[in-house]
Amino acid sequence: MTNAVEIRTVTKVFGTFTALHGVSLSIQDNEFFTLLGPSGCGKTTLLRMMAGFEEVTQGEILLFGQNIAALEPNQRPVNTVFQQYALFPHMSVIDNVAFGLKMKGWPLEKRRIRAGEMLEMVHLSDFANRAPAQLSGGQQQRVALARALAPQPKVLLLDEPLSALDLKLRQAMRMELKQLQSETGITFIFVTHDQEEALTMSNRIAVMSAGHVQQIGTPRDIYESPNNRFVADFIGETNLIEVEVEAVADGQAQVVLPGGHRITTSSAARDKGRHHLSIRPERVTLGSPGVGLQAVVEQVIYLGTDLQVLVRLEGGTAMQVRLQNAARITVPSPGDAVGLHLEEGAARLLSD
Amino acid sequence: MALRSVRHYPGFFSVALICLIILYAPLVVVMIYSFNASPSLTNWGGVSLRWYFDVFTGPEAPRFKAAAWNSLTIAILASTIATGIATAAALAMLRSGKFKGRSLTFALINLPLMVPEIVIAVATLIFFTMVGITTGYLTILIAHITFCIPFAYLPIAARLQGIDGSYEAAARDLYATRLQSFFLVLLPLLAPGVVSGFLLAFIISLDDFIITNFVKGAGMETLPTAIFGSVKQGIKPNIMAISTLMLAVSILFVTLSYLINRKGRKGP
Ligand SMILES: Nc1ncnc2c1ncn2[C@@H]1O[C@H](COP(=O)(O)OP(=O)(O)OP(=O)(O)O)[C@@H](O)[C@H]1O
Ligand SMILES: [Mg+2]
Repeated sequence: MTNAVEIRTVTKVFGTFTALHGVSLSIQDNEFFTLLGPSGCGKTTLLRMMAGFEEVTQGEILLFGQNIAALEPNQRPVNTVFQQYALFPHMSVIDNVAFGLKMKGWPLEKRRIRAGEMLEMVHLSDFANRAPAQLSGGQQQRVALARALAPQPKVLLLDEPLSALDLKLRQAMRMELKQLQSETGITFIFVTHDQEEALTMSNRIAVMSAGHVQQIGTPRDIYESPNNRFVADFIGETNLIEVEVEAVADGQAQVVLPGGHRITTSSAARDKGRHHLSIRPERVTLGSPGVGLQAVVEQVIYLGTDLQVLVRLEGGTAMQVRLQNAARITVPSPGDAVGLHLEEGAARLLSD
Repeated sequence: MALRSVRHYPGFFSVALICLIILYAPLVVVMIYSFNASPSLTNWGGVSLRWYFDVFTGPEAPRFKAAAWNSLTIAILASTIATGIATAAALAMLRSGKFKGRSLTFALINLPLMVPEIVIAVATLIFFTMVGITTGYLTILIAHITFCIPFAYLPIAARLQGIDGSYEAAARDLYATRLQSFFLVLLPLLAPGVVSGFLLAFIISLDDFIITNFVKGAGMETLPTAIFGSVKQGIKPNIMAISTLMLAVSILFVTLSYLINRKGRKGP
């Protein structure tokens, strides 16, 4: 099966600045794919090249097997939900939604009907004749979505569409977006710098930094098997500890922690020597001293649903541990000696 | 520290008053005396509209009518063409990315605002003579188009600067061609600036005297040159009436331009 979008070693240079360095991605049809990365890493630039607003300096972009380099934005079966929505202020909501259909030459009757359906889908039928300025931010966001989906694009590009909304609305819209995607069967390419958003909505995520793709995988892959320090640190919280690798084979490694304790972990690193180990704080449990890694509790921070416990390992390395604030746990106090137990999959050896 | 309102500076009121009197007293006097019933310029003979009737039916009426017609048609043509050119220039300056000589182009577009009018007048006349175009209606029109461009350009460019490029991008993304994106999305958003630029250019063209006087050729008159010609033979009260009429038209257009611009800025 051909991929919906195939990005082949795409490089983008602005003057003397290289915004993207040989990026390669394959996005499957009907996928909810997310580009995740910090500000300035080149997410918007990549999206704009797919939409046709920015030329590709080197490399190529295929849409369902077809090279789209020569196509103008209006010739690409791709629609965009812009970050600031860009609803046409001089047109009513329904005319905004019908705009793409009008440009495609649909007759008035048909496009009225279809635009009406789209507004119904985003629960805004009562607002059809308002001006965009008379809508709330969340409503405008949904109009932008309806407008981009109305012409039934093969791929929908969304550039941080939720970033202007408040937290509650953002969380509600995540579910709505995800549902829209599975209902319409359109490939969504979603840009965000919010890791939680990426983890909750995506089929797969590409983590980017400084114009490079760092890792591509399912939310679970990315979170549980990060390849490098950037990914481990950017997604969720983690403890990064420098360790000595004694043996490594078949994605498993034997490492020595600073205190001299030996453990076996899954590994992205392929060679011996010094590497970083990522330990997820919520995959560590506290037990009685004598068993597991020896540590002393330094501080306990109350976070509501969780307790954050700062400990110091034998050998002086600091670590944080997350405990769920359940009724049955015994809350440790500063100064307590404890034994840390790493659960299955808690630790992963990183490649750099 | 809070800034002191300018009103609290000593002497503010007297200085402001002097400025206002110097600026507006002559206008007020002309407006009032245009309703004078007496043929004298200085003696008040009661209120009447006789000088307004004189403008339209008196011995000088045919001359004024012909001149007014020229002024009006030239103003409409010149400001329409200048607005078109200014719109294209604004698009090139603000929507086609950075290009070589962009600052130079900006300077060239706005130069007519800085160059003394008399210099432009003389240069234009010399140019027409050298090229061999007989002065007349056409030369006035060409000259008016050129000096109207910067006046039309400024409000259009100001408006365009405030319109985010994402609207046009969204239109293109939704299958609009370049032309469709311009006419269906950008132009409606730009319209207040275009109208305001047109009105400004219209007023500037309507009341230009210096340049017009140089390039008009013999026998050709616009309203300002006709008034000047009439005044040279002695000031009669009908001049006050016609001046008041022109002032009214100017105020009307400037107000219109202001209102349209303000409405555009407030609206979506
Ligand atoms: N037209 C341009 N000219 C020069 N540099 C540009 C241009 N557009 C983007 N860049 C640069 O390319 C880099 C990537 O920009 P981009 O907008 O793609 O970032 P982003 O990942 O979308 O960031 P954000 O999360 O802040 O939106 C930035 O460093 C930016 O300064
Ligand atoms: Mg961006």
